[in-house]
Amino acid sequence: MAAMWHRLDVFARRLIPAGLSFVLVMLTVVPLPFPGFGTIVPMLALGSVFFWAVHYPSLLPPAVVFTIGLVQDVLTGALFGSGAVVLLLAYGAVVSQRIFFRNKSFLVIWWSFMIVAFGAGALAWALASLFSVHVIPPVPALYQVLVTIAVYPLLTVILHGVHKFLPRED
Amino acid sequence: MELRRPGLIARLSAPLRGMGQRFILISLVIAGFGFMLLGKSDVVLVDRLRSSVADVAAPMLEAATHPVQAFNRGLTNIRELFALRSENARLRREVARLRAWHATAQALAAENKSFRSMLNYKGPARDSFVSARVIADGRGPFVKSVLVNAGVRDGAAKGQAATAFGRLVGRVTLAGARSSRVLLLTDLNSRVPVIIGATRTRAILIGDNSPRPRLGFLPENPDIKAGQRVVTSGHGGVLPAGLPVGRIVAGEDGVYRVQPLVDFDRLEYLQIIRFKTVGAPEAEAADKPKRGGRT
Repeated sequence: MAAMWHRLDVFARRLIPAGLSFVLVMLTVVPLPFPGFGTIVPMLALGSVFFWAVHYPSLLPPAVVFTIGLVQDVLTGALFGSGAVVLLLAYGAVVSQRIFFRNKSFLVIWWSFMIVAFGAGALAWALASLFSVHVIPPVPALYQVLVTIAVYPLLTVILHGVHKFLPRED
Repeated sequence: MELRRPGLIARLSAPLRGMGQRFILISLVIAGFGFMLLGKSDVVLVDRLRSSVADVAAPMLEAATHPVQAFNRGLTNIRELFALRSENARLRREVARLRAWHATAQALAAENKSFRSMLNYKGPARDSFVSARVIADGRGPFVKSVLVNAGVRDGAAKGQAATAFGRLVGRVTLAGARSSRVLLLTDLNSRVPVIIGATRTRAILIGDNSPRPRLGFLPENPDIKAGQRVVTSGHGGVLPAGLPVGRIVAGEDGVYRVQPLVDFDRLEYLQIIRFKTVGAPEAEAADKPKRGGRT
C-alpha cells in the first residue's frame, strides 16, 4: 500500500514540469489592461522549457514540449505549429549541450538563455513573416525577447523552488 | 546535481535512447512544419484541432481571468476616487452639451419616423448578438487577436463581426464549440471594407500590426481630412453596414490611417453580431453545408 502511494506520489511529481509549463502558457495570455503589454508579454513557456531542458530533460520529453508549443499557438493565435517548432528546436539545442551546463553558475546559464531566446525570437519572427508573406516589423519581437531574458532570473527562482520537490532522476 | 554511476544496461542503452530521442525530436519538428502548411491552406482538420484545444482551455482561462479582472476593477476604482472632482466637472459640461443634442435627436427621430411612414420604408433586419468575455489575449508581436468564451453553441460563426459597445473590434476567424478567435482590426491579415465620412468614399481598412490600420484601395485624389468618421460599408455582405470603426488621422508618409474607436488594451466583453444577409439566398445556401460540416 505504502509502495503504491509512493509510486503515485512520484508520478504526480513527475507531472509537475509539464503542468507548470502549461500554467505559464496560460499566464501569458491572461488579459491585462496595460497599454502595449500584449506585445511585450514574456515568452514564459520558452523560459520553462529551457529550465527543464537544462536541469531535468527526462521529465520534459520532446512530445510534451511539442504539445506545450501547440497549446501556446492556439491560445495566442499564432501560426499553428510555429511555437511548437521554436520550442522543440530550443529544447534540442539545450539538451545536445547538456554536458556543458553541468555545474555551471547561474550567470553562464542566463547567458546561454539569452542566446537561445534571441534565436527563438528570430526564428518565430522568420516563420511568422514567411507564412504571412510579409516582413513583419521585428521591433516588437525584439522587445519580447528582451523582456523574456529579463524575467528569466525570477522564473528560475520559482522553478528551482519547485525543482526541490521533484523525485531524483534515475 | 549528483550523478549516480550508471549501470551496465543504462550505459549501453544511453546512446541508443539518445538516438531515439533525436529521431522523435526531428519527427516532431517536421510535424510542426506540416501543421503550419496545413493550417495555412485552411485544412478543416487543423481548424478543428485548434478549436477543440481552445475549447478545452476555455473554462480554465475563464477562471483565471476572474481574479485578474476583479483586481483591475479595484485598481480602477481607487484611481477614479482620486479623480472624482475633475471627473464631476467634466461630466457636468458633458451633460450640458448632450442636453442640447438630446433635443435635436428627439426632433430628428420624430421627423425620421414621419418620413419613413411616408415612404413605407422597411429598415434593415435587426441583428441579434451574443456577448462574450475575452478570456485570452493573443496580442503577441506577430498576431493581434483575442479568444472569447462564446462559440458555435452560442450562435457564433466564422466571419461574424465582433464589437465593443457598438464599435467594430474585428471578426471571428475560428469558431469552436464554446470559444472563438477574434482577429482584431489591427492584425496584418485584417481587411475591412469601410466608408469614409459624409463623402461616402469607399476604401478598405488594412491592418498592419500597428495600432492604427491604414486605408487602401482609395480612389484617386480622395477627399479625406483628418478627423472624419469611418464606418463599415457592409460591402461583401460579411459585416453589417454602418458599424463605427474609427477616425482618420493623417499618416506621416501620405498614407491615411484610422485611429480605432476601440481601446484594444482594455477589451473585456465583446458582442458577436449574428449578421443575417438579407436578399442573398444563394450565398446562404452555399454557406449551409460548410457550417453543417463544421459542427
